[in-house]
Amino acid sequence: MIPAAAESALDVAGAVRRGERTARSVTETALEMIAAREPELHAFLHVAADEARAAADSIDDALRAGRDPGPLAGVPVALKDNLCTRGIPTTCASKILEGWRPPYDATVVVRLRDAGAVVVGKTNLDEFAMGSSTENSCQGPTCHPMDPTRVPGGSSGGSAAAVGAGLVPLALGSDTGGSVRQPAALCGTVGMKPTYGLVSRYGLVAFASSLDQIGPLAGSVADAALLLEVIAGHDPLDSTSLDHPVPQVSRSIDAGVDRMRVGLVDELVDDTAPDVARRIREAAEELAQAGALVEEVAVPEMRLGLSAYYLIAPAEASSNLARYDGVRYGLRVEAPDVAAMNTATRTAGFGPEVKRRIMLGTYALSAGYYDAYYGKAQRARTLIVRAFDRAYERFDVLLGATAPSTAFAIGERTADPLAMYMSDVCTIPSNLAGHPAMSVPFGTGDDGLPVGVQILAPALGEERMFQVAAALERAAGARWR
Amino acid sequence: MSVDGGAPGGTAPRGGAPGGTAPRGGAPGGTAWETVVGLEVHCELKTRTKLFCSCKNAFGDEPNTNVCPVCLGLPGSLPVLNAFAVELAMRIGTALHCEVRPSIFHRKNYFYPDMPKDYQISQYDEPINVGGWLELPDATRVGIVRAHIEEDTGKTTHQGESGRIHAAEYALVDYNRAGVPLVEIVSEPDLRSAAQARLYVTELRAVLVATGASDGRMEEGSLRVDANVSVRRLGDGAYGTRCEVKNLNSLRSLGRAIEYEAARQVALLEATGIVAQETRHWDENAGRTVPLRSKEEAFDYRYFPEPDLVPLAPDAEWQARAAGAIGLLPAERRARLSTLLGAAPTTQQAEQVRVVVSQGLDDLVVAAAAGGAPADLVLVRAANELASDLDAALSLDPGAFGALVAMEARGALTATQSKAVLVELLTAGGGDPAAIAAAKGFEALSESSLADAVRDVVEAHPDEWERFMAGEAKLAGFFTGQVMRATQGKADGKAIAAELRRLRERDGPDPTDHGGRGDRDDHGGRGDRDNHGGRGDGGDRTGMERAGEDV
Ligand SMILES: [Zn+2]
Repeated sequence: MIPAAAESALDVAGAVRRGERTARSVTETALEMIAAREPELHAFLHVAADEARAAADSIDDALRAGRDPGPLAGVPVALKDNLCTRGIPTTCASKILEGWRPPYDATVVVRLRDAGAVVVGKTNLDEFAMGSSTENSCQGPTCHPMDPTRVPGGSSGGSAAAVGAGLVPLALGSDTGGSVRQPAALCGTVGMKPTYGLVSRYGLVAFASSLDQIGPLAGSVADAALLLEVIAGHDPLDSTSLDHPVPQVSRSIDAGVDRMRVGLVDELVDDTAPDVARRIREAAEELAQAGALVEEVAVPEMRLGLSAYYLIAPAEASSNLARYDGVRYGLRVEAPDVAAMNTATRTAGFGPEVKRRIMLGTYALSAGYYDAYYGKAQRARTLIVRAFDRAYERFDVLLGATAPSTAFAIGERTADPLAMYMSDVCTIPSNLAGHPAMSVPFGTGDDGLPVGVQILAPALGEERMFQVAAALERAAGARWR
Repeated sequence: MSVDGGAPGGTAPRGGAPGGTAPRGGAPGGTAWETVVGLEVHCELKTRTKLFCSCKNAFGDEPNTNVCPVCLGLPGSLPVLNAFAVELAMRIGTALHCEVRPSIFHRKNYFYPDMPKDYQISQYDEPINVGGWLELPDATRVGIVRAHIEEDTGKTTHQGESGRIHAAEYALVDYNRAGVPLVEIVSEPDLRSAAQARLYVTELRAVLVATGASDGRMEEGSLRVDANVSVRRLGDGAYGTRCEVKNLNSLRSLGRAIEYEAARQVALLEATGIVAQETRHWDENAGRTVPLRSKEEAFDYRYFPEPDLVPLAPDAEWQARAAGAIGLLPAERRARLSTLLGAAPTTQQAEQVRVVVSQGLDDLVVAAAAGGAPADLVLVRAANELASDLDAALSLDPGAFGALVAMEARGALTATQSKAVLVELLTAGGGDPAAIAAAKGFEALSESSLADAVRDVVEAHPDEWERFMAGEAKLAGFFTGQVMRATQGKADGKAIAAELRRLRERDGPDPTDHGGRGDRDDHGGRGDRDNHGGRGDGGDRTGMERAGEDV
């Protein structure tokens, strides 16, 4: 069963701003809930209780002094542990970063604090965000909030589980190939990947720089909109950050979907389990009933996504992860000379999936192979972008499943990397195209676990995407309340 | 630094055995070997901040004080390109006649402790500047393949008893230099000798200083040179196998390393016929190159486009702004001085021009000449006396300098006196040369008292005068010395020579009439004439002739 929804961020911030509740009391409640559920869930790698209380107190001080702490006043937020937090451990669930405390805050963290949010802790993930189940964590897996024998998805599994379990109303994850949307779908929360460049990556520990985006996880579409508006916007510290007005997603969520052109993507339905596919078709029907113009569309190029992604992402990762060499920070395994120290440190510090991808990426970039692998993958990426462009000539948004199945059992796919990689088949194309996409809960599968519907939009199409997401949320509410 | 007496090896004709530095083959048939050199020059850009962060770009600060998450490569940090570094790179490209193009950055991946990210952000197959040239003072045009932007690494110091890398107990890394902007300038293999390679670096350095991109300080590592060296038999069309020689920290190292390396390759080719392509390290103390890594061990840098940066496409307006900010280039400075001389410069004047421009004294020369001092004598004093006290010369008041040279030119001071006054001017940074000369008792003899002094000497030495009249020209030196003694050095050698000539013409037919230049040359070599040691003679001669005409 789906747990009782936690209080919404909007409600909490409203109550705190009106002085009906203190940020401190909200924080204490969140910390208590975390303490109660953590032994079973293991959603957090670090609970920053002291820092959270201090932040809450300063928000209450501000309120008492007549200042508005901002739209997220007193709202507890959990951060995926690949977001840099000054003085608070940031490990990426890797032994190689054990004990590292960044000297700076990620841009999104600065913006959260400026909006009055209270960071309560750092959540579990697949090591360096490489995985789809949060099992590749050096600290052990996170469990699904509704079934401890299942995975929460990944790699932002800790953030999805924390929101799904109602421990916090909001969390941030990072989405390189679906790492926000897929766990959101599996845990029954809203999860969203913004247009590439809409949210600053400064302070997000890089996995695959051309694909990474930070995205919100929330209990509702409205809360996700609120969080997106806080973290989005141009950042001079990120050269790939867009200098574009922040989409007004909160305002668009009540606009409805009348005459909205929705393309139901064959590949994002056909390649999923029957119970998931059924829900997606139902979602499309709901939109049609709400006035949308729904049509099926084939985008076969999407099937190139998985192969292209597993060359491009590891290639960039092999370079991004080179800096963990034992010289400056994190783990160091002593050895007679520098090269041996590098090798010993990296051998001890990285888990098997990270090593697999470093090797894959190193190979793909090697002299003599670059064109056949990395170059070809980039060309496939271009084909996918063009296919999207053609589809968006006919449709305002595209619709499909977020994940091919509901939450799977812990251990089920760890022995078979390819089966695990398939978990991202529906989400990867949007990363390759740099487009926004989001997952909204829409009923359950045959096993009673959540199914997520994915809405895809062209670059900077966040407003219409949230419009559709809100419509689906209303429809789901009406169906299963 | 004084004018180098020897002509630079670079003046050797291309293809010839240049400057005697090219190793010669002892092979049957006696074919000579030709050295082929291409240079990669890394130039640190003189920006206020680093290439991708706002840390200070400074040399010599406390280790690891000019660092931040970006230049330390901390997880999550991202680069933001320094626009001024791009502007300086465009200035360099423009000054080297390159095409300035839209470009992108790549990552060059390899593990090294002084490289914080274990990759270097550089430009690879789409650099900002391509296809230019640099013309050397010897008129050789050296092709420029590219001049691209990249970031510098940190600096590792190996610590331990022996001071040697392999025996070091530990290493310390200073990241102050990590992320400092560099432009790497890659030449075509158009250089044919060590001397010409030195000439190229000297000229390039002057160009870089003129663009405002570099302070040109090789000793501080702001210019670093790698040399690609190969040899081939003279007349061969194809290049030989090249070795890259690293660690060339001075012009001297560059020259020695190229000569050593070329000789090593010739010896190998003559013995075995094979040179292995490898990267070699110049050991300055041992005076030899040693292998660093072979072609097989060469890094696979796994270049790929840097996803954290966007393509760079400076618009025409920005490019024009960059081009407009370039100062006078050394070739333009040399041309300016040549024009000032009024006639085609002699070989020695050309060398003086080169020295004056390379030392940055040409503005002073131009200003002094503009005040009325004769350009040729100004040039001589600048190339010799000023260049040998460069620090003082660069802050010398051009008005005072010009006034002094003018005094010397009109015979109010002898060359020796003029130089003595110049020393005072250099010490003080300026002053009134007339007042200094007066304080030193350097008032010039009047024409009549000089004539009296010469006549007295002639009358006191009738035998010598007889012989002189009979054609023993070298006795001019004797008379000059005697007049100098009699006047306590106040007489001007040129004026004495003129007076002697006048007396000789008066006293009778002159069998050797006008030994001309040779006569005066002999004369000039003695007496008071200067401690030039032959340097700048031509220039002084010009001055003397001018003085003589005045007399
Ligand atoms: Zn810095």
